[in-house]
Amino acid sequence: MSTHKASLECRHISLSYGATPVLRDITLKIEPGEFFALLGPSGSGKSTLLRLIAGFNQHQSGELLIDGQDISGVPPHQRNIGMVFQSYALWPHMTVWDNVAFGLVERRESRDTIRRKVGAALELVGLQDYAQRRPGQLSGGQQQRVALARTIVIEPKLLLLDEPLSNLDKKLRVQMREELKNLQRTLGLTTIFVTHDQEEAMTTADRMAVLDQGVLQQVGTAAGLYDEPHNRFVAGFVGTANLLAGTIAALDGETLCFDAPGLGRLTLPAPARPPALGAATLAFRPHQMQIAAAGAASDAARVWLDGQVESAEFLGEFSRYRVRVGDIALICDQPHDAGVVMFEPGAAVRLGIAPGQSRYLSA
Amino acid sequence: MSASTLPVPAAGAPVRRTAAHWGPWLAFGLITAFLLCFLVLPVGTVIYTAFVTDTGALTVGHFTNFFNQGVFRESFFNSLQVALASTFFASVIAVPLAYLTVRFEFRGALAIQTLGVLPLIMPPFVGAVALQLIFGKNGSVNLLLDDWLGFTIPIMDGLVGVTFVESIHYFPFILLNLVAAMRNIDGAMEESALNLGARGWRLFRRVIFPLAMPGYLAGAALVFVKVFDDLGTPLVMGITNMLAPQAYLRITTAGVDDPLGYVISVIMIAFSILALWLAARVMKGRDYATLQKGGGALQKRRLSTWESLLAYGWIVLVLLIVLAPHIGILLMSFAQVWSFSVLPDAYTLAHYATIFSDAKGMIGNTLLYCVLAAGLDVVIGTAIAYLILRTRLPARQWLDWLASAALAIPGLVLAIGYLRLFKGVTLPFTDTLVVQTWVLIMLAYAVRRLPYALRSCMAALQQVHVSLEEAAQSLGASRLSTIRRVMVPLMAGGILAGFVTSFITAAVELSATLVLVSAESQAPMSLGIYLYMQSIAGRGPGAALAVLAVLVVALGTYFSHRFVERSRTTVASTAKA
Repeated sequence: MSTHKASLECRHISLSYGATPVLRDITLKIEPGEFFALLGPSGSGKSTLLRLIAGFNQHQSGELLIDGQDISGVPPHQRNIGMVFQSYALWPHMTVWDNVAFGLVERRESRDTIRRKVGAALELVGLQDYAQRRPGQLSGGQQQRVALARTIVIEPKLLLLDEPLSNLDKKLRVQMREELKNLQRTLGLTTIFVTHDQEEAMTTADRMAVLDQGVLQQVGTAAGLYDEPHNRFVAGFVGTANLLAGTIAALDGETLCFDAPGLGRLTLPAPARPPALGAATLAFRPHQMQIAAAGAASDAARVWLDGQVESAEFLGEFSRYRVRVGDIALICDQPHDAGVVMFEPGAAVRLGIAPGQSRYLSA
Repeated sequence: MSASTLPVPAAGAPVRRTAAHWGPWLAFGLITAFLLCFLVLPVGTVIYTAFVTDTGALTVGHFTNFFNQGVFRESFFNSLQVALASTFFASVIAVPLAYLTVRFEFRGALAIQTLGVLPLIMPPFVGAVALQLIFGKNGSVNLLLDDWLGFTIPIMDGLVGVTFVESIHYFPFILLNLVAAMRNIDGAMEESALNLGARGWRLFRRVIFPLAMPGYLAGAALVFVKVFDDLGTPLVMGITNMLAPQAYLRITTAGVDDPLGYVISVIMIAFSILALWLAARVMKGRDYATLQKGGGALQKRRLSTWESLLAYGWIVLVLLIVLAPHIGILLMSFAQVWSFSVLPDAYTLAHYATIFSDAKGMIGNTLLYCVLAAGLDVVIGTAIAYLILRTRLPARQWLDWLASAALAIPGLVLAIGYLRLFKGVTLPFTDTLVVQTWVLIMLAYAVRRLPYALRSCMAALQQVHVSLEEAAQSLGASRLSTIRRVMVPLMAGGILAGFVTSFITAAVELSATLVLVSAESQAPMSLGIYLYMQSIAGRGPGAALAVLAVLVVALGTYFSHRFVERSRTTVASTAKA
């Protein structure tokens, strides 16, 4: 199956239902052959954006370009953009074969072509022996594969996947994730998928866009978003983070003073690219911290805070503590090895923040 | 066997178990006996009679005899043709209407909903008379056409006329079923087809209609069966070369012992069962309840100017034709003279005065038979629903099948079966013959309407959560008092709706009535309308009586909808609380 690698570009796309804005000024470019994720909580507008690309929603302003051509007014059946639905939407009155052949029949392909292409598509997803079954007789994973075959057989310019793994159980999900990735590599098809699961996005996609409340928050690779989040939302949504709201009160070449209400003033070494003075959020990840008994010898490279353990959870690879420091609760993860004794709730502890791993976010 | 009945609270088990045991069995036995006596045996007798000679030997001679006579062959093919054509034209009317309601956002939806009930509230044989006046050879429309354009449309003549009347009357069966089925289609089913390049007509033909097929087939099979079995319409229109009229004429002229009437009955049953079986068979294993969890229904879109012009055009046309019999019958009931004119020449209230003085007995009879029949139906319906949904009696499903089988039995056939089976039987302790009393009329109504009442009761019971009963039982209520104090009150709306449905459909039943009424004093309204309509002079009073019947049915339909709505909200709120 030969595929053409298309690029997709959204320019200032906005969409609202009545007075409710759903997408606000989305600008985004997806490169040819990329595996791209739209990540966000429910109601963030990610599915709306996907359906907009497929042509089921119409934006009120902005441009939607495929390979540089605006397709804004083109009806869905003429777009040649394949979409796999969350529910798979396989037609129960047709066999697997007829489901897959559907789009080719609509394109008035010859019988021979249809036979050849459907056969190839079913083989690609490993379902050549199931051609005469009906969708109801297949497992969830098999149905997903039929839905995929049905979509890629029309050789679409883009492949859209709406929450592709949400209807599968956990074990199957990991397996399907791998299969999806391999299939995408084999076909080289520009693919966009929607998910609310950050782990799914991080493990599968080359790059991803994080959306919240209809606004594009940040675009980047998994590591890029994790290490350099642009704002509080991204920091908190991609991975877990301690987010301290406060003010950068003073800054000179060597030190930075951060006033956190309820905690007091922290004096930290100034980062290489110093942030602006004023309101800011200090973000650091739980696993980047150290926890030690009160009064224990401390690593001078870290900034230490005294606190008290509120709760402790044992999770296997690590233990997660909730520690009260001043008026604030911080989350701290401690890697676990056999023999490491956990701190009990109520224990007085010290928390060490690694300044080099901490990020200053605008508000 | 104790494990096969409802779980009983352990504390009261030894005492309760015996009581809990014989109650359901008793109900089961009584209902089975009833259905045996008044459905299975009469129908069995009919079938048996069609296959034996005078001396009791098995034969198919009656059938060869039947097919050797030209008039019967002709009747057979006429009936088949009318039933198929009516199903086709009913589909032509109903499918676009159903599609419009489900797919598009427009005000006409309300008109379509009205269209869905209007024809059903008027029995087709009444509609036939009214349609003669509007569309007949000398009806309003043809008089106007002849005056202005110099030609007429013979749409009410012969078999075409029967087909026309039946299509108009029965298309709602397809409309209602199809709308329900299409509402259940997941929007993603359509979107994925759009995504793969299908649209418009092809989208409808390849995806939407096939998905709604179960609903369509259920409706179409019902239309076929109803038309194939209808006796009143052809009789009123003077068509005798069809199966039902032939059977009726054989039985009334040649007597109960003439085998040909039974042969026709068997053919009618066979085709009814065949149609229903085929519909079920084609759809077997295809559960298309496709609305996914969290999925939306088909997206509604606005009509463009041209499309809405077309849509409203179709709706107005259908609405006009559907309203024609209602308007016709109303005009006729007030008309002093109405022949060879577009509208009546003069109006009067005399016909209403006539029926209130002459036909009081008929109105009373209708009330008596229908209240008793409908009452019997809901009692049996509730009992069967309870046995099926709440007990584990073996073979309880058979009750459902048996009761629902009445759908496939034409009223005429059941009535013939009664006459045959109860020939010579007297009422207990008297010398009165059973066939000379009104009891059989009432029982025929009850058996024929039982499937409808049963559906209502089943639906009502399904809405009552088991935990509500279990709560009552754990608080010490016996099974019987749980039924009385908790379930029946909660099911009341559904039971009432079942009662009303049975009542109103029985009120306009003609085919069984024609055969079973043995004296004029027993005649109910439906027969009265038919008898009045036989003479030109009687048409006015007949129309007045029909208006009365339609009003009763319309009111009944309205209230049964209200009952269902209300009980749904009560049950929903109780379930939440």
